[in-house]
Amino acid sequence: MPAAAPPATPRARTVVARATALSKVYGHGETRVTALDSVSVEFHRAEFTAIMGPSGSGKSTLMHCMAGLDTVSSGSARIGDTELASLGDRQLTRLRRDKVGFVFQAFNLLPTLTALENITLPMDIAGRRPDPEWLGQIVTTLGLSGRLGHRPNQLSGGQQQRVAVARALTAKPEIIFADEPTGNLDSRSGAELLGFLAESVRALEQTVVMVTHDPVAASYADRVLFLADGRIVDELHRPTADAVLDRMRSLPGAHAPDPRS
Amino acid sequence: MLRTALRNLLAHKARLLMTALAVLLGTAFVSGTLVFSDSVGSAFRNRTAKSLDDVAVSVTAGGGPADTGRLDARAAAAVRAVPGVTRVRPSVHGTVTVADRDGNPAGREWGSQGANYSPDDGGKDGKDSRYPLRTGRGPSAPDEVALDARTAERTGARLGGTVRLAVDGPVITKKLVGTVGTDDPRVESGGSLALFDTRTAQQLLGTKGEFTELVVSAAPGTDQDALAAKVRAALPQGLQAQSGKALAAEQSKVIDKETKSIRNTFLVFAGIALFVGVFIIANTFTMLIAQRTREIALLRAVGASRRQVVRSVLIEAGVLGLVASAVGFVLGLGIAVGLRSVLDANGASLPDGPLVIEPSAVLSALAVGTAVTVLAAWLPSRKAARIAPVEALSAVDQPAAPRSLVLRNAIGGVLTALGVAIMLYVTTIRDSSGLQTAMAGSALTLTGVIVLAPLLSRPFVALFGRLTARFSGVSGTLARRNALRNPRRTAATASALMIGLTLITGFTVVAISADRGVDRMGAQDLTADYKVTSTGFGGMSPEVARTLGGQPGVDAAVPIRMTGFTSHGAPAGLRTTNLGSLTKVTDLKVREGSLAAVRGTSVAVSDEYAEQRALRVGSSLPMEFYDGKKATARVAAVYAKNDVLSDALAAPSFVNPHLDKVLDQEVLVKAAPGASGDLPATLRKALGANPIMKIQSRDDLRRESAGNIDDVLYLMYGLLGMAVVIAVIGVVNTLAMSVFERTREIGMLRAIGLARAGVRSMVRLESVMIAMFGAVLGVGLGVFLAWSGGHLLRSSFPQYEMVVPWARIGVFLLLALAVGVLAAVWPARRAARLNVLESIGSQ
Repeated sequence: MPAAAPPATPRARTVVARATALSKVYGHGETRVTALDSVSVEFHRAEFTAIMGPSGSGKSTLMHCMAGLDTVSSGSARIGDTELASLGDRQLTRLRRDKVGFVFQAFNLLPTLTALENITLPMDIAGRRPDPEWLGQIVTTLGLSGRLGHRPNQLSGGQQQRVAVARALTAKPEIIFADEPTGNLDSRSGAELLGFLAESVRALEQTVVMVTHDPVAASYADRVLFLADGRIVDELHRPTADAVLDRMRSLPGAHAPDPRS
Repeated sequence: MLRTALRNLLAHKARLLMTALAVLLGTAFVSGTLVFSDSVGSAFRNRTAKSLDDVAVSVTAGGGPADTGRLDARAAAAVRAVPGVTRVRPSVHGTVTVADRDGNPAGREWGSQGANYSPDDGGKDGKDSRYPLRTGRGPSAPDEVALDARTAERTGARLGGTVRLAVDGPVITKKLVGTVGTDDPRVESGGSLALFDTRTAQQLLGTKGEFTELVVSAAPGTDQDALAAKVRAALPQGLQAQSGKALAAEQSKVIDKETKSIRNTFLVFAGIALFVGVFIIANTFTMLIAQRTREIALLRAVGASRRQVVRSVLIEAGVLGLVASAVGFVLGLGIAVGLRSVLDANGASLPDGPLVIEPSAVLSALAVGTAVTVLAAWLPSRKAARIAPVEALSAVDQPAAPRSLVLRNAIGGVLTALGVAIMLYVTTIRDSSGLQTAMAGSALTLTGVIVLAPLLSRPFVALFGRLTARFSGVSGTLARRNALRNPRRTAATASALMIGLTLITGFTVVAISADRGVDRMGAQDLTADYKVTSTGFGGMSPEVARTLGGQPGVDAAVPIRMTGFTSHGAPAGLRTTNLGSLTKVTDLKVREGSLAAVRGTSVAVSDEYAEQRALRVGSSLPMEFYDGKKATARVAAVYAKNDVLSDALAAPSFVNPHLDKVLDQEVLVKAAPGASGDLPATLRKALGANPIMKIQSRDDLRRESAGNIDDVLYLMYGLLGMAVVIAVIGVVNTLAMSVFERTREIGMLRAIGLARAGVRSMVRLESVMIAMFGAVLGVGLGVFLAWSGGHLLRSSFPQYEMVVPWARIGVFLLLALAVGVLAAVWPARRAARLNVLESIGSQ
């Protein structure tokens, strides 16, 4: 078992993102599906949150709504002081560029760009120069120093995901969303990547929200939110993999997934 | 496997749309050409058949020894006496130019007909069935004329009014007594027809008492060939008889030959369009197969053989080709109709007739379209066969590493080098014998550059990317990387555009250079302000020059009399003129001797002729004139080669005795300083507003030759336009496919903050890079081929010198830029509209 994050010192708990009575409904009439049912949650600075739940529980939808990738049916989703529901596509795009970082399950990188170019891509889109000191720190932290000139197809799966994390970090976003970032990795690379994510929260004071269905992955987080049927049904602080697994088993109507390790 | 192929076809119908469009347009061009030429050919044939309807046998002069028999009333009587002959119509025809209100020709020069009005059977009812009367009556007195109704309308002539016309001399006037209809194709397609009574027609058009043709009719069902033989036997020596059937067959052969040559010219351009289409088809199938790798691997894993995979791809291509060709054929019918109106609008005056759809046209269009598609899909299908079954299982959806370009570059390098070497060799050829070599060299160079295009795309895109990087930001970088991502695809797309632009640029450079050459030719030797010529035979009486010389505002009117001689068996041109004022109308440079010494039997020769014959001042030159008389001339002067004066110049007193008739072919008029701009009108009036007289200013002369070149050039643009349109479809196709392939990438870019406008500009810039790459290659290659091939024109056209029309080339490049932007509109919009979440999650 990897070591859990060190006990958080009781700092000023700044809220960087907040959902209030957030609902998301797909379709209408017969095919109406409520993906999120009045969810309220806060994400704090320098905190690593994992969102867990069986498939169809709404965990990805919550992340998409909070990240400005999907629209909200009712309620509010805020990043900082910005209400996402009030933004148009152009402003949302800008918000994602400047305030949000992303790590997807796969296909994070542009094959035509080198690792370094991929890392600085959001800055290039914004037309800003990355802070070299910060960039150096990230690259070193993620162990990518020798790989910056490589193209994605010259990197291993783990290295590719680390480049994706580095990219998410460079613009110093308010919050980073990671969608099953270890889903395509073997357990060793997965553990390594989760270690880096936790490290970036602890040492670089970043805020990370990660969707996963892997209890081991969730055990790297500071807290775990459990979703079922579009609602937050439970919360666990400083979790261990076993504790997470126990909670999963007790979720209403859900069967626990196979632990991967 | 057939079912798989069909399923695939249906599944990808949107993506195959552009490919189908490329095939469709190419086939439409082919079938349009075929249907057009069949229709026009059949219309022409119908018309000749109709005009030969009542001709059983035609008797004409000629076919015997030099002094031919007389086609006169006696011969007509002899023919009428042949059993089986029901009627003999003695016909007289020739060229008669009718004047319109302004004294200009009322019809086209080559369609100005004159004939006799010969009432059937010696005039029992006074009507000639060849020319049905519309109004009035047929001409029966020497001062009467009938016109075809259309010409009468055009000239505004009324019954009882006067008609002004000319045959080969001064204007004559006749009274209009009737208007007629005719099915003479030359008249119907923009000519004019003037009819006289037989005796007047003979007087005006031929020798007195003789006819041009005896048209023999026979009872229906008569064996024409047998009758022709009988007539032939009854004819005096020197006359020939041909059956109507034989004439029709002969004309039909001529028509076939002409329509075939039009058809082949168009087919060459249709072929170019299809060839361009090949690149697009090949590109599409390569992309489809790449996208379907896992699916094909799965088929292989469950037991499909390599051959079955190949066959499945080829069946897919075949069905696509067949369907697109069928639609293309229908579109081709529209093109056939359109082609006729375009040519009609440009004055081709084709006969009317229904659209003729031969089964062979349908079959060839379908066969060509299908074959081209299958052939173009053949290489990609081989690629599909190489997909290993294990690729079905690979989790990572990484496209296979592109194959090395080393072999391709080597082949391309060799082909290009060979082609360029041949073209450089062509520049040393001094006559037109190198045409085949030049064509082979051009084809080789073009092929070489197509093969090399992937290699060339790198530096070009890099350079172009650097140019745009300043104002396009990250979208520009991404576009550049995308364009370089698959050099083969970029190159194939650009090559399609390059082919069209190479040909367009090549033709433009040669045509514009030739145009300038013609210009120079006119400006170089001619210093006269107007050139007066006659469209009649022979020329103008010396009176014309005298009349013109006496007009106010005329400084000099110099007649040029043209003839020739042979010396030591070699023919040469000879001119005679008013030597005193010659230098006023032509820029004559005397190199040796003096023009004043050209009198008696002394001549002046051009330096070129002098060099050929090793002549100098004082040499003697043996001459044989066209009348067979011989003389020995002395060279008194040598002048720089001059187009007005040809090889040799002599005094009229030396030349005139050897001429059949003393006529001038040209009168060159120099205006007096300060002459009014109405001088041409004055001259025309002085010549009695004669419609056969042509008065052309220097600008007119220039336009006359240049106008042709311009027309040809615009026709070329039109024909090559189809190839360019297909190439543009290719760009749209490639971009749409690329956008589809890169859906997830675009989703990811949007997620991390690239705005829709950024996505659009990324796609647009890639499109512009591809288009500009093709355009720059095409323009460069076109200029090179025009430069090297142009050397072949030098011998027959010494004034030719290459001119690069920069302005027009600039327009081509701008158009290519516009094409790039336009081609990207739809794919860019699609890319920008992609839903971020769906894109990221898509396979």
